[in-house]
Amino acid sequence: MAMLDVKGLSISFGGLRAVDDFSVTIEKGQLYGLIGPNGAGKTTVFNLLTGVYKPDTGTILLDGDNITGKNTIEINKEGIARTFQNIRLFKDMSVLDNVKAALHQHYPYSTVEGILRLPRYFKQEKAMDERAMELLKVFDLDNERYYKASNLPYGKQRKLEIARALATEPKLLLLDEPAAGMNPNETAELMETIRFVRSEFDMTILLIEHDMKLVAGICERLTVLNFGQILTEGETSEVLNDKRVITAYLGE
Amino acid sequence: MSFLTYLINGISLGSIYAIIALGYTMVYGIARMLNFAHGDIIMVGAFAVFTAVSTLGMPPFIGLIAAIAICTALGLTIEFVAYRPLRGATSLAVLITAIGVSYLLQNLALLIFGSNTRQFTSIVTLPNLKLAGGKMTVSSVTIVTIVCCIVIMIALTSFINHTKTGQAMLAVSEDRGAATLMGINVNRTIAVTFAIGSALAAVAGALLCSMYPSLTPYTGSMPGIKAFTAAVFGGIGSIPGALIGGLILGVVENLSKAYISSQLSDAIVFSLLIIILLVRPTGILGKKIQEKV
Amino acid sequence: MEKKKERMRCAVTYAMVILFYIIAEGLIMTGHISSLMKGLLVPVCYYAILAVSLNLTVGILGELSLGHAGFMCIGAFSGAFFTQCTENAIPSVGLRFFLALVIGSALAGLFGLLIGIPVLRLKGDYLAIVTLAFGEIIKNLINVLYVGMDSAGFHFSTKDTTSLKLAEGGKVIIKGAQGITGTPRAATFTVGIILLLITLVIVLNLIYSRAGRAIMAIRDNRIAAESIGIDVTKFKLLAFSISAALAGTAGVLYGHSLSTLAATSKTFGYNMSIMILVYVVLGGLGNIRGSLISAAILTVLPELLRGFEDYRMLIYSLVLILLMLFNSSPKAVEFRGMLIERIRRAKKPAKEET
Repeated sequence: MAMLDVKGLSISFGGLRAVDDFSVTIEKGQLYGLIGPNGAGKTTVFNLLTGVYKPDTGTILLDGDNITGKNTIEINKEGIARTFQNIRLFKDMSVLDNVKAALHQHYPYSTVEGILRLPRYFKQEKAMDERAMELLKVFDLDNERYYKASNLPYGKQRKLEIARALATEPKLLLLDEPAAGMNPNETAELMETIRFVRSEFDMTILLIEHDMKLVAGICERLTVLNFGQILTEGETSEVLNDKRVITAYLGE
Repeated sequence: MSFLTYLINGISLGSIYAIIALGYTMVYGIARMLNFAHGDIIMVGAFAVFTAVSTLGMPPFIGLIAAIAICTALGLTIEFVAYRPLRGATSLAVLITAIGVSYLLQNLALLIFGSNTRQFTSIVTLPNLKLAGGKMTVSSVTIVTIVCCIVIMIALTSFINHTKTGQAMLAVSEDRGAATLMGINVNRTIAVTFAIGSALAAVAGALLCSMYPSLTPYTGSMPGIKAFTAAVFGGIGSIPGALIGGLILGVVENLSKAYISSQLSDAIVFSLLIIILLVRPTGILGKKIQEKV
Repeated sequence: MEKKKERMRCAVTYAMVILFYIIAEGLIMTGHISSLMKGLLVPVCYYAILAVSLNLTVGILGELSLGHAGFMCIGAFSGAFFTQCTENAIPSVGLRFFLALVIGSALAGLFGLLIGIPVLRLKGDYLAIVTLAFGEIIKNLINVLYVGMDSAGFHFSTKDTTSLKLAEGGKVIIKGAQGITGTPRAATFTVGIILLLITLVIVLNLIYSRAGRAIMAIRDNRIAAESIGIDVTKFKLLAFSISAALAGTAGVLYGHSLSTLAATSKTFGYNMSIMILVYVVLGGLGNIRGSLISAAILTVLPELLRGFEDYRMLIYSLVLILLMLFNSSPKAVEFRGMLIERIRRAKKPAKEET
């Protein structure tokens, strides 16, 4: 069974079809790329998958469960986590707390237990600290754990967002332009990290990216969007050599 | 007949709210700040008229002009000294500063004029209007207020639509950054907005005290809050919204005073505000803002 | 290490309150305190509780509320009402006061929840104006409320005391705009300090827990908070109603510190809400200890300025404006940053020498 199975997804904003009849099938453990020129509707697809927008038509199956029409919070609980194109960290909280906030579903001591500092509070807080530190180590952020998130350098902020998303223990991870604003060295390092995440956490990943080096380097399959519609879909090497894709990017 | 009287008085009160609300709404639209001290500028305007007319014996019209001049100067000064340095600070910081300015104005007035209630003599000296063969009297203040409000609305709308400064104000309210890039002097535009708002506050102060003749240093604060409510009601940032909001508020307040309870009229007005905002979270004529993900 | 720092910070806050208590008690015992200052000790407690609780809404949750006095009002009236109508049933004043505290806080919290459900969908200035409106409505409603009690039970009216139609021996408890009179003045300084400490425990422990992180995550970025499965509505309501309940606690304390409790615009109007907000902002958003200090100083300051009777509120407002300009103006912030940098640079070589 596919991890993500999307059929006929569409949404319009005031007459404009932002996404039209979008379908995709992603197998478990796959690293899948969603590419296309600016304004093609890539981020809108992410917003549809994560329940920020409700699709006009279409169905979304996650690991066989129908999650169409659920809201963002429910969808995260079902197992989709994401990062954002314009970084959205909890900027006044520490790096560690950013990750711990995302762990909250898995360590469900109650508010009363927290206020009264009952034993479960101490036990679960300790476990949360340990788990969060494990995640931060993967992204080489453990030394900065007490930094305010907004004080991290840009590249590390992107990494922290991925760490935070992983803390919710998703089945499917959506990355929205993870390499945006990174220099070639940082991008190379990020590619390693994404590969590592996939193997270490046995993760299925769908990513939007403009950096073709990254896409060619790590994605196994690609879907190309143009003007809200699927232009083509297939193995990375085939898609990137497709004339139509090159035209869509560079113009006639 | 009495219903009609209440209605007309309500419209008149609403006109005053609308004039005050204009100040709030314009400043909010352009400077993105809640000028909490606006209500107290009304009070300053009323005291200026009071001093000019009752103490110095000037004719009411001259008194009004003096009040407008004083309030405009005051508005510009406040903007320059207290608000301009905070451009770029959080909106909460600006709000608290505005509250500080409000306290400052109240306490200055308290120091100068004392806490005693002053009897304000109406600036409108025209005779009252008798309708329906003398069965119904409409006071001249009421009529003048409504006329004033209409004139101000028309003048302001054409000012914004047909002058360069007005267009600049629109541009700044739409996108301050882009307006700066287009060569619009944002600071000057915001100052003009404060000047207009404060001048209107002076007019509103004179009219308000002509209608309800008791004047204290706190006179401006409750009408200020209500006018702000009216601005939110109509959709903050929108000039026709201020008019609609002001009128609804004035009429509802006066009718509930007359028919339900004078003590509960404020509660009724505020409940209506809450209901409207729950149905239309940005007011009657407010733009819907969608957060981009 | 950070954990320890966190604990230290909390410990210092508690210690400050306890030290304040010891010093004040010491001064009272040795008679070194004027009756005026003595009269301010309980107000310092309830204003501090109000400031800390409002900081939970404004600083930690990040929503601007201008109706905090409304919740205080509910606490004050329900608490005083309870103390009065159980006068015969529960002879112990202390026990009645304790129960009044529980009831007043719970009722204020319940109102916070009920008001929060529709209102917390609004944002920023709209939320501010709606909370202000709620505060005014509560004040207005209490002003027209007449409640009496006789052998047949409670009687309500919105007109006057005679229309309550009380039987022989009945007692009017709430007299409209005159409010509640004759509540036993059970709110002592000691009780005030204990309540303040409880408030601090609740708020600080909340902040440094799972719920606190969720609340701050919502403040920093609502969309990201949703994306990691944080139930935004639930945690907003949680913070808002705890904040309201604590304001209710302060209200009960307030109601039991006066012989006459009336809902005037000075005591429970928006001016009061704004004053509390000023404490919070000057103490620093999200800074609980700052709220304590600013509430204490600003409660005492106007009284210290009594010598300048006419000028004290003027000075107060000027201080407020100047502090805001100094604290928040981008230029002032830059200037301070430069200053700190320079000091740091001056210090560094000194450190290397040692």
